[in-house]
Order: sequence, then C-alpha cells, then structure tokens
Amino acid sequence: MIVDSTEAFGAEGFMDAVWSAIIRLYGEHGASQTWLNLMRYDKERKLAIIRVTNDASSMVRTALALATRICDKPASLHVVSASGTLKALDKKIKQYSSQSG
Amino acid sequence: MRRVCCDLHLRSNIRELEQTANLVRKAADLGYHLVAVTFPSDACERETRQVKSACIEVGIDVATRVDLQPNTPNELIRDLRKLRRRFEIICVLCRSKNVSRQAAKDRRVDLLNFPSTDFRGRFFDLAEAELASNSLTSLEIDMEPLLTSETWKRIRLLSSLRRETSIAEDYDVPIVVSSGASDERSMRKPTEVAIATSIFGLEKRLALDTVSKNPAGIIKRNREKLDSSFVAPGIRVLRRGKNC
Repeated sequence: MIVDSTEAFGAEGFMDAVWSAIIRLYGEHGASQTWLNLMRYDKERKLAIIRVTNDASSMVRTALALATRICDKPASLHVVSASGTLKALDKKIKQYSSQSG
Repeated sequence: MRRVCCDLHLRSNIRELEQTANLVRKAADLGYHLVAVTFPSDACERETRQVKSACIEVGIDVATRVDLQPNTPNELIRDLRKLRRRFEIICVLCRSKNVSRQAAKDRRVDLLNFPSTDFRGRFFDLAEAELASNSLTSLEIDMEPLLTSETWKRIRLLSSLRRETSIAEDYDVPIVVSSGASDERSMRKPTEVAIATSIFGLEKRLALDTVSKNPAGIIKRNREKLDSSFVAPGIRVLRRGKNC
C-alpha cells in the first residue's frame, strides 16, 4: 500500500495508524483476528507491505480506507495490490511504480 | 466490460479554479473516469465553462451538480423549475420530512442526501423508499462524514446507514456512494469506497454498483434529457429541415 501524505513517517508511526484504524472500527477482538504484520516499509517511497490472514483481508481493507491520520498528521492509505506471495507483490509494485512514474 | 467509476460529489469552491483542478486531478489519479463538481445555484455559464475546461485538461469527464436545501416543498418545486435544465445532477439535502417526501416523489430530483450529524433528520424510511423507487431517485451516501466523525457519532451514523441501505435494497432504490470531499485527503479509490460500504452491509457486487453503474446511469440519463434532440423518453429528433 502507499501512504498518501506530504509528510514522511517511520514504520512505527505507520503501524500505529494501521492498528488504530482497525481497532477503531472493529475493536480489539476484531483486530486480534487479523494477524497483522508489517513485512516491509520504505519510508522514502512511502510504500508498505503488510501481511494479514486471508479471512481478515476485507476487514483490514475497510479499516484502511477509513484511516485519516498518521502520527496526528492528515494522511490516507491506498491499497495498491494484494497477493498471496511477496514475489508476486514485488512484480505488481514494480508495475505500479513504472506506471506512476 | 470495464466499469466507469464516478464520484458525484466533489465540494470545491468553484471560484478557486486551482483547488477544483487539484481535486479533479486527484480523482483521475485514484481511477475515477467521471466526477461531478458542486456549483452554487447562482453560478453563471462562464464559471461552468471555466471549470469544465480545467477538468478537460486533466483528462476526466465532469458533470455539473447543484445541491438544493429548500425549507418547504414549494420552495423545492420552484428551485427545480428554475435549475433542472441548467445542471446535470440535482441533489436535495433533506432537512425536513415534507421536503424529503416531495424530493423523493419528484422525477426531477436525482439524489437524496440526509444530514450525517442530525440522526433525527434522516427521513429515509419505508414510505420515502417507496416514493423514491417510483420516481427513480437515488439515495446518496457521502464518505466524508464516515472519515471525520468519531466515537458515538460514527457508531450512530453506521447504524443509520445500515438501516437505510437495507430499506433501499428492499425497495430497489439505487444507492450512490460519493466522497463528499472538499480536500484531497478525503478522497479514496473507487474500490476502497466500495469495500468500505461493506460495513453497512452491502454485498460486493452492489457495492461496486454504488460507485459505477448507479451514478453513471444517472449522468447518462440526464445528459440524454438535456440534449437538444430529446423530446420524451424514447423519442428524439433525428433531423431538422424542410425535407423531413
């Protein structure tokens, strides 16, 4: 996913925002079912790869769509692609990067 | 077939062309093909043309929209008579029950929008849905209040939206989900908007229709009606002249 903001955030701030978006919408019980994990975070390109269980992917996508702030700064999170493997995701991210220049 | 993704509610100040162009540019980046920009009811032809040409530069189709906030049904009828042929989309922000009933049964109204903070002011019930269903009026849901509201206000809003979408589905009232955005940060991709509607109980196919088929259908229908060759539904002028 990409972080859409004028600011650059650290991985910790980013994950705090993702967790709080999920907890805000689904509560701690819902958040515990996602098995959310940060796989990669590129601060410069504002790109992140997170891992969640397949069953919880739509829950997480919904929560991410409603996220509005990271570290108290206005930001939005856009999912670029979803895949079962990192290899396939890397391909898609390359494709996305070449398209968006 | 590729879906035409639409956002029918961009709330920019049209007198600030740069801001409007930025919003439209963002919509294009996010994957929208068509947006509707809200104009004040007293906007002149020149302002409409300026905004449209700024949007064409961005490479996205733009429709004109006006939001009416009448206090009485008579005021609504008067506004509709005056504005219907000037704008492609007419949305009524329903502040009272009388106005919302009149708006729902009037074929000239495209969208019904209800206040997101005043929960007693959301009049989309069974009777309203039945009237809207007969007159092809759609229920509009804005995303921005969902993004900005907090705690119990968001909970109440979600409950209201869940009830209203369920009623709309039962009565075949089309639902249109728009951003209602006045700044770029409040805009989301069409797929994100569609997936966010799952929290008020819309299934995936219907959710995608709310950002594509339903709004695109309204624009198509209204553009046909506003075309100079339109006479009545199914009847249009093909050729003018003495030899016809």
